[in-house]
Amino acid sequence: MSILAKHSYIERNAFLLFVLSFFVVAIGGLVQIVPLFYLENTIEDVEGMRPYSPLELAGRNIYVREGCYVCHSQMIRPMRDEVERYGHYSLAAESQYDRPFQWGSKRTGPDLARVGGRYSDDWHVGHFYNPRDLVPESIMPAYPWLAETRITPDHIEQMLLTHRRAGVPYTDEMLENAKSDFRTQADPDNGDVDALLARYPKAQARYFDGSPAITELDAVIAYLQMLGTLVDFSTFEPDASR
Amino acid sequence: MASEREVDQATNTETTGHEWDGIRELDTPMPRWWLWTLYATIVWAVIYTILMPAWPMISSATPGLLGYSSRGALAEDVAMADAVNAPLNTELMNTDLASIADDPDMLRYATSGGRAIFLAHCSQCHGAGAAGVIGGYPNLLDDDWLWGGTIEDISQTITHGIRFEDDEDTRFSQMPAFGEMLTEEEIDGLVQYVLSLSGAEHDAEMAAESAEAFQDNCSACHGEDGTGMTELGAPNLTDSIWLYGGDPEAIHTTISQARYGIMPSFSWGDRLSPADIRKVAIYVHSLGGGQ
Repeated sequence: MSILAKHSYIERNAFLLFVLSFFVVAIGGLVQIVPLFYLENTIEDVEGMRPYSPLELAGRNIYVREGCYVCHSQMIRPMRDEVERYGHYSLAAESQYDRPFQWGSKRTGPDLARVGGRYSDDWHVGHFYNPRDLVPESIMPAYPWLAETRITPDHIEQMLLTHRRAGVPYTDEMLENAKSDFRTQADPDNGDVDALLARYPKAQARYFDGSPAITELDAVIAYLQMLGTLVDFSTFEPDASR
Repeated sequence: MASEREVDQATNTETTGHEWDGIRELDTPMPRWWLWTLYATIVWAVIYTILMPAWPMISSATPGLLGYSSRGALAEDVAMADAVNAPLNTELMNTDLASIADDPDMLRYATSGGRAIFLAHCSQCHGAGAAGVIGGYPNLLDDDWLWGGTIEDISQTITHGIRFEDDEDTRFSQMPAFGEMLTEEEIDGLVQYVLSLSGAEHDAEMAAESAEAFQDNCSACHGEDGTGMTELGAPNLTDSIWLYGGDPEAIHTTISQARYGIMPSFSWGDRLSPADIRKVAIYVHSLGGGQ
């Protein structure tokens, strides 16, 4: 009798079929689940990465709320055309504090992983008000309400705490100063910028939307102007096996 | 229900051995080509995981016998493209920018490369056709240059940007906000005077009254005759070309609140190589408005 005949024995014994099916499915599950426990080894050690500042985090929340990830990716792949257009390919370390990550799955608009510093704040203000004012062929929706909607740091500590519980290394000091850091970054004339920079190196503090009132636009632009600027690539040595 | 497998006489194929009301079911074997293709793909999968990076281990994944990595492939791609362009780029860097027009081959190489770079890095502000946008994004097709329109000037602007604080060599100037220094009437008068400089419709009486105020407040940068000063990025006010709009309202805003246009530096963060910056500069210069 061939091996197929033994298979019919399994098919005639429901309990055996169940046990063996479970065994096969378990292999599939293990193959997908076990590597997650070794996830840390996929993240290279790079200089410069830090958790998002409170204002950047608030901007990131607006980015997620407005569904920017539906059209914009934040993931420069290691291919020549992408690297020449967008800059150095993205590193795992650069999204290690993203909860959830914003890699996206589709590019209707350009990749934003290194959009920081690429445009002036003024450009972003005009572009959010109406993208067509600056790029006539753009199909991006306008977001005029961002400039009109005030934003307050009432719940920013809880936000930081939530991220800390999810594994982002916010210190107690960062939590205590969350509100003042939030205000300082968007209104540097009335805050302690040095303390902000000590906690969040390379944070940019200025009147992002041009006015002292803190709006959602301030937060989004602060987030965008930081994207991709944190890692110090002068000390980065690519591990070729990745 | 019988369970004897037997061979069907008509088709010469085995049956499943089941019988329902005299009906039996043929157990036609799968086509051999299909079955062997399946086995071949399974074998190939195993070979592939040996040759290519595959199995996640404790500290890293198995590297694979062929030593492939996407980063390595990228480095090879870039090195290959660089090697092809290296002689041309070296020649471009050694060419005197002012006499680039004498070398048609080099000019063609630079402008076609420059156009590709322009579309990726410059078009978002200056427009795909380089006609700029009213509101602070200069038109690059006309003869009006804020910071100079020679290839060297354009190259300098692209390399270090304008008022880009992260680049120490950036070009910098700042117009004062006269709303804090002059009265509303004085500014209204200056608006009329500025309009008169380019021959636009204006109130001649108010303009004449403000001529002295212009000399006192504006001529240091814009020149006594209002033709501007490229060393300071001070626009020519006599040419009807407006960066932020030329209607009385826009000019009033410009005078009272001042303008502070920023252009990023493209050498900052190694965004563009020196040769690429030269290409864009030559391309922009070739668009029609270069000096």
